[in-house]
Amino acid sequence: MLRLAVSFIAGGLFGTGLFLSGMTDTSKVQGWLDVFGAWDPTLAFVMGGAMLPMGLAWLVARRRQNAFTGAPMPSAPSREIDGKLVFGSVAFGMGWGLAGLCPGPAIAALSYGGSGLYVFVAAMLAGMLIAPQLRARLDRAVPAE
Amino acid sequence: MPADWLWGLIGGLFIGTGGAVLLLGNGRIMGASGIIGGLVDRTGWSTASDRIVFLLGVAALPAVFVLLTGAPDTHLTTNAFVLVAAGILVGVGTRLANGCTSGHGVCGMSRLSLRGFVATVFYILAGGLTVVLFRHLMWVI
Repeated sequence: MLRLAVSFIAGGLFGTGLFLSGMTDTSKVQGWLDVFGAWDPTLAFVMGGAMLPMGLAWLVARRRQNAFTGAPMPSAPSREIDGKLVFGSVAFGMGWGLAGLCPGPAIAALSYGGSGLYVFVAAMLAGMLIAPQLRARLDRAVPAE
Repeated sequence: MPADWLWGLIGGLFIGTGGAVLLLGNGRIMGASGIIGGLVDRTGWSTASDRIVFLLGVAALPAVFVLLTGAPDTHLTTNAFVLVAAGILVGVGTRLANGCTSGHGVCGMSRLSLRGFVATVFYILAGGLTVVLFRHLMWVI
């Protein structure tokens, strides 16, 4: 029960932040990416603002074995740079640029994004559904050593 | 314009605090694509209730604000082809890369993760090139 409360509070803070920061406004995201247009630096402020408390949380997490609810802390991050990371990030970036939406803001805007947002979310969920097959194909084409 | 930057900073602090609560509370990394994707491809069904409740929070709080202050404009394109192509690219890409703006960007870079930095460089470069190409050369978006 406590775990669920933590999840809801974290999600609520995330949604609140996405709403207040204007990150559900696709013109702000595309404005940040559009270095040859009217460049909008807002996203950099959002990223910087988010990394402050998150960086502090990682410093605290490093000194602790377990989280508040008893779950273990995440293991050290992998350092493996593979084709899936690069290819996937490029594909994600293209979609992010095309629509000005990434997964978090797409969920945050569900109540007011209109039919276009539903089309985007449905396509995103379909993409997530076919990703495992594509991942398996990439693994066969480029076997991990 | 600077008011937008201030709201960006305030909103960012909320986003990072959400990530801090999830990490220190539940020991989980706040990545939107991983939380959603684990429900879609069943790899995260053992923690399905955590994920669903988190996503409820993400959607519900903005809905409350919309009731209080009215809905902001998303300026989302009405071009169905662009919406479908973008959605599929975001869905496939974030799952192959194992993260998006929240997981690799906010949570990864703030723990100095090499993968977080590499992913962020590539999705920002690809996003920038895509906007330049489709906005200034092809006038699609």
